[in-house]
Amino acid sequence: MNDEILDWGIAELARRLESREVTTVEVIDAYQEQIAIQEPEVDAFLSLDLEAARRRAIDQDDRRSRGETLGGLAGVPIALKDNLCTTAFPTTAASKILEGWTPPYNATVVDRILAQDGIVVGKTNLDEFAMGSSTENSAYKVTKNPYDLERVPGGSSGGSAAAVASRMALVGLGSDTGGSIRQPASLTGVVGFKPTYGRVSRYGLLAFASSLDQIGPLTASVEDAALVAEAIMGHDPRDATSLQEAAPSLVRPLTEGVRGIRVGIVTNLVDTATPQVQASVLRAAEVLTQSGASVAEISLDELAFGLAAYYVVAPAEASSNLARYDGVRYGLREAGSTVEEMMIATRTKGFGPEVKRRIMLGTYALSAGYYDAFYVTAQRVRTLVRTAFSRAYEAFDLLLCPTSPTTAFRIGERSSDPVEMYRSDVCTIPSNLSGDPAISIPAGVDADGLPIGVQLLGPALSERLLFRAAYAVERGLR
Amino acid sequence: MTNRIDQEDVAHIAQLARLSLSDEELIEYQSTLSRILEVIEVMNSEDLSSYPPMDHPLETVNLLRDDVVHQGLDREVVLAMAPSSEDEYFRVPRILGAP
Amino acid sequence: MKTRATTGPAEGWEYVIGLEVHTELKTATKLFCGCPNAFGEEPNTSVCPVCLGLPGSLPVMNVQAVDFAIRVGLALDATIQRSQFHRKNYFYPDMPKDYQISQYDVPINAGGHLELPSGRVIGIERAHLEEDTGKLIHRGGHGRIESAEYSLIDYNRSGVPLLEIVSAPDIRDPEEAKEYVTELRSILVAVGASDGRMEEGSLRVDANVSVRPIGEAGFRTRVEIKNLNSLRSLVRALEFEGLRQVHLYDDGEAMIQQTRFWDEARSVTGALRLKEEANDYRYFPEPDLPPVAPDPDLIEDRRAELPELPSTRRGYLARVLPDLSDDLRETVIADACWPYFRAAIDANITPARAAARCANELTALLADIGVLTPARFVEVLALEDRGELGASQVKILLREACVDSTAVPELIAKLGLSARDVGAIKSMVAEVVAPFADEWERYLDGDEKIAGFLVGQVMRKYGRQISGADARQALVELGDEARKSAD
Ligand SMILES: [Zn+2]
Repeated sequence: MNDEILDWGIAELARRLESREVTTVEVIDAYQEQIAIQEPEVDAFLSLDLEAARRRAIDQDDRRSRGETLGGLAGVPIALKDNLCTTAFPTTAASKILEGWTPPYNATVVDRILAQDGIVVGKTNLDEFAMGSSTENSAYKVTKNPYDLERVPGGSSGGSAAAVASRMALVGLGSDTGGSIRQPASLTGVVGFKPTYGRVSRYGLLAFASSLDQIGPLTASVEDAALVAEAIMGHDPRDATSLQEAAPSLVRPLTEGVRGIRVGIVTNLVDTATPQVQASVLRAAEVLTQSGASVAEISLDELAFGLAAYYVVAPAEASSNLARYDGVRYGLREAGSTVEEMMIATRTKGFGPEVKRRIMLGTYALSAGYYDAFYVTAQRVRTLVRTAFSRAYEAFDLLLCPTSPTTAFRIGERSSDPVEMYRSDVCTIPSNLSGDPAISIPAGVDADGLPIGVQLLGPALSERLLFRAAYAVERGLR
Repeated sequence: MTNRIDQEDVAHIAQLARLSLSDEELIEYQSTLSRILEVIEVMNSEDLSSYPPMDHPLETVNLLRDDVVHQGLDREVVLAMAPSSEDEYFRVPRILGAP
Repeated sequence: MKTRATTGPAEGWEYVIGLEVHTELKTATKLFCGCPNAFGEEPNTSVCPVCLGLPGSLPVMNVQAVDFAIRVGLALDATIQRSQFHRKNYFYPDMPKDYQISQYDVPINAGGHLELPSGRVIGIERAHLEEDTGKLIHRGGHGRIESAEYSLIDYNRSGVPLLEIVSAPDIRDPEEAKEYVTELRSILVAVGASDGRMEEGSLRVDANVSVRPIGEAGFRTRVEIKNLNSLRSLVRALEFEGLRQVHLYDDGEAMIQQTRFWDEARSVTGALRLKEEANDYRYFPEPDLPPVAPDPDLIEDRRAELPELPSTRRGYLARVLPDLSDDLRETVIADACWPYFRAAIDANITPARAAARCANELTALLADIGVLTPARFVEVLALEDRGELGASQVKILLREACVDSTAVPELIAKLGLSARDVGAIKSMVAEVVAPFADEWERYLDGDEKIAGFLVGQVMRKYGRQISGADARQALVELGDEARKSAD
């Protein structure tokens, strides 16, 4: 029975709960058992509270028996990336500088999940402050890829990805600044969706790079991703960069198909990938063609500059966003005889090496004499990238490419070489620079049995079409 | 490979960012930052003058809020988070060094 | 442009002064969050995740602050433009995010000017929005930053909206700097943007000052003086600093561009022992806040609603009362007084009388003005203008008209303030004087001192009905008649 419960998607779970085939408590118990087995191996969570989850389950069963109608995520066990503020759990961003800090407020997405009766089981591991592509940069633990415990789950939302992939949660929430939802989704064989910039409120997300960050779901299926996206999207008055648009309906149109849709394969991004990843992209293209879409190739060479621009813009914004961790108001404080000495001691002790590297890189890029050469040039590249996408979207409705050039790499394999690590993000970064939506869909495994992901990109606010195509690819490849 | 940033620069930006680096870290960061800057510099191989800088993905303006008071946080909650407090205040070491 | 005699720091030298005036805007809430923008609250009670810079919090701009900025911009004849917030990055414990959100290269108000009462015009470079910092309290070492043992922080002020108004370096002496701040303050109050209370810190001034030999065209190295909390400090700090700079040049020493603080107790400016670190603020566009682009229609509405500014009132006064003293003029144009004066002029009251009654009687009554409307004020002054009431009666009547809403004619009757009748006054005086035969004789013999005594006796009995001047006039006339009949 337990194994069966873990197989159910959100819709099926809702049906079974509705028909009293199963109780919410049974669902939580099934997940608790799975966590007890998997977590010691995978290390996906930074904090867990199954007692609280069970109390919430009991309450939901009560409400259901009294005839109440429950929210769309009732009974759904959810894992939150630990850079989302929660009053019920500490929020650390996997950094020593915030060890033990519990915010007095929830992130807007957390409130929305709770309003839909989602059940948060715990907070997941990440690269410190979401800076990384392997989850190895966590100050607390290294999360393992459930497909091969010697390998990384990707990052920075590696904890949420691994939790969903190992069925310790039905839904994970992550944040995506340069691919941090999609790349780990790809490496762990789950669906990962980054919405259009502004679709989901960033209020309560510990900022990494404010003009790039978006929150999104990691799930076992495209349909589940659509359900969660519907629940968390929509305007929030607490975020001035949140779009005024209401959340689009994504689930209902999923089955409308892709007949007549024009899809472009981005050849120069395909070229960055290993042959097995390339083959998966072509299989996805084949599926789309068979479903009635027209598929052709396009080369967007300008996107190659995205990596360089990203490693200016993201560290620059981060250097400012992370200034507030200074030991004055919350979090870690190391002793110092003056305020300045105290701040330096606190930040030196509290931040890990990759975070320091990016803070310094960003500080350098913004400093007097370098601002124009680095920051302004990177902003021009953003326009260049957007222009390239606009050109592509004149000929195509959606674009197809790999999510990650490779499958999961070994723990430690790239951690000594930041530049190699940064190259993992080459296919995902352009969507963050332009602010457009993108989704990673599982597309088989390589010869080592490691998951491969393919990525669909669309213009701003094209989520409905993006999900229809993702659904078609998912079904065709199954 | 030539370093694109010297140790003095690394030490200066570390100070600006309120970080202190050991001698080994100084060398390590000089080397990795130089490699990253090398990657970044490919941007300069392109003439981008016809592409205006893009500050932000959104083109909206005037997302303003009404001038209406909202409930804030209780002082007890706020000061409970503080690494050091005294009476109703946050407490920090002296601002300036000893004379 | 008028010219004005200025006072240099020393013979042959002149000041070059530019001022940065930070004014707290009178919004209900802070610039980027819904916390109350209030003065004097218990420490750390007006705070929330946003103004404490807690992780994950985001700023959202207050529409009222934009409105106030536009009004000030219009009053200063500035160009209102689409603006973008930037982050000014530096570490300081009173700044919760360790960056300040401020408008940098594209302020909401660009350019403009301000005309001083002297007629001199001071250029305005910009007036931009930014957030205030928290407040530091230094403990130990007599509460001074340089000798304190540690410091405490109250974040109530953190995020309070500030408008920073930056003048061109057009100001030429400390008194003119004072005049500029006074004038700017009255404009800020007139448009409703600020309460102008310098003592509560709602108006704070930083001064950029350099000196140069008279006749030299370029600018020399300037020094920024902070911590000028009153007009008195402003004048004294500028005088001290001007002289200090002249002495440095005289001694052949190098001037360093630096920030100095005014030490009120010791009456000196001093450089702080701040660590040598070039100010590298690493400005970049604030990604959390979309640009503010004021609607042209809104700007035109605000322009139409702009209240009469002090300079307009002064211009008006210069036409109707060209000889008015500076003190009287500034009293009359004050916001509280001006509607009464204008009402009087509009009702054809003699301008000099209107100005005198505003500056003397009305100013004294303003704190408890009650039911004395401009219309009732004018009604009283009209009676005086027509000679129906004397000055002391007017004084009594105005005071009563504040607390008693009875119509003016009935109020006069109720108070027994009869309208003036020369014959009646003479009989009152004659009646009072009659028992004082000796004094009367001395008065007729030319003893002026005794005249005061006799008038005093009259006023004791009939002071509510007649004025001292009328009583004296009647006494003089009675005396003349007596002497005439004696001849
Ligand atoms: Zn606040």
